[in-house]
Amino acid sequence: MSPSAVTVATLLKDLRIEWRSKDAINSMLFFSLLVVVIFSFAFNPNAEESRRIAGGLVWVAFLFAAVVALNQTWARELGNQVLDAYRVSPAPANALFLAKVLGNFLFVVVLELLMAPLFVVFYQLRSVGPMWQLVIVALLGTWALVVNGTFFAALSIRTRSREIMLPLILFPISIPALLAMVDATTMILTGGGTPDFWLKMLLVYDVVFTLVCLLLFESVLNAE
Amino acid sequence: MKSLGIGFIVVTLALLAFSTYQALFVAPTEQTMGDVQRIFYYHVPSAWVAGVCFFVNFVASIVYLAKRSLNADALAAASAEVGVVFCTIVLITGPIWARPVWGIWWTWDARLTTTLVLWLIYVSYLVLRRFAAGSQTQVLAAALGIFGFVDVPIVYMSIRWFRTQHPSPVMGGGANSGLDPAMLHAFLWNLLAFTCVGIVLIAARFRLQKMENQLEAKHTELALHGGSR
Repeated sequence: MSPSAVTVATLLKDLRIEWRSKDAINSMLFFSLLVVVIFSFAFNPNAEESRRIAGGLVWVAFLFAAVVALNQTWARELGNQVLDAYRVSPAPANALFLAKVLGNFLFVVVLELLMAPLFVVFYQLRSVGPMWQLVIVALLGTWALVVNGTFFAALSIRTRSREIMLPLILFPISIPALLAMVDATTMILTGGGTPDFWLKMLLVYDVVFTLVCLLLFESVLNAE
Repeated sequence: MKSLGIGFIVVTLALLAFSTYQALFVAPTEQTMGDVQRIFYYHVPSAWVAGVCFFVNFVASIVYLAKRSLNADALAAASAEVGVVFCTIVLITGPIWARPVWGIWWTWDARLTTTLVLWLIYVSYLVLRRFAAGSQTQVLAAALGIFGFVDVPIVYMSIRWFRTQHPSPVMGGGANSGLDPAMLHAFLWNLLAFTCVGIVLIAARFRLQKMENQLEAKHTELALHGGSR
């Protein structure tokens, strides 16, 4: 099998499992819904304020929710020693990694599509700046969270308290990406300046860390 | 080798005593800030040592992944721990100075925030080392060490941009622009002394890590062959 065939096969398998169980998407949806409601109680914002804080709120909700899906990425493969089977198979490690990243990326994008209307309704959001830029921020930002998240999930699956370990190592590294997403979103929503720098920043972050992940994943997968 | 190490420790202690004397008694008192400025002689060298430690950690992590040498891993572990200690000193001495000079303990300025994020990253590195099980610790830690160091310039760029976009509290400092020669003298002595302290600590921690590795290997050997001997 060629690397791309391995990627597609693994991706389709994960999507099928998710389609039948809906484990990740349901828990992510419910979790981010809770964040929306709790933040609304905590800050009780009016329309003007919520436009200012929405950038932070949306991305914190998605970041926390994404961790739920990311934790399941590799945990799913531990049963029946599937991960060990991957390691002895001649399939390239990076093909597997890319499949997992693409899968998580799709889950989180679906989550964002489903949650966006809720945010608009609950926080009376109306964008002052151009809406289409939000799509770019969302795509680049989600990739930034998911590519590192998938990698660190593979790290934390090897540790003792794996569920707690993932956010502990993912959040510090993700701070610049989160800052870029939040500030760009706020800029667009409030119409305060163009987010060009942040978009470039996110692009650089995505490219750099995708490369680092691809370089190191094989060592991590085969760590003994 | 051992006498060389002890000799180095003695020299380091002597240097530390001399540089402390230089910083507290010889260097002139700063005009506007007063004596609190003297914390500069500890703050900046600590930041330097922390930075060097994290760089050593990065290089050692790469060497470990390339060569799988346990020594490189021990060096990575030692430098990360010592780096976190010095980074903590930076984060504590900074606010002590900032309170009387800026009037606030903390501001989310680019350098302060970057240092804090750096500290968070390497604390997470130490947590990972602690929680990872068995012999895969080294690979996982090396991967995170590389991620952490690659992140540093990105963090700095993003926070600098973030803070120049928004109004920030009045910034003092800027001591780099024309340091009094007497102050520079004291500063350089402290820089040298702190670098030596860093080297001593890393060397000690490195030795300890190597002993731990040997102990681990012996335990494994005993567990495998213990019954038959």
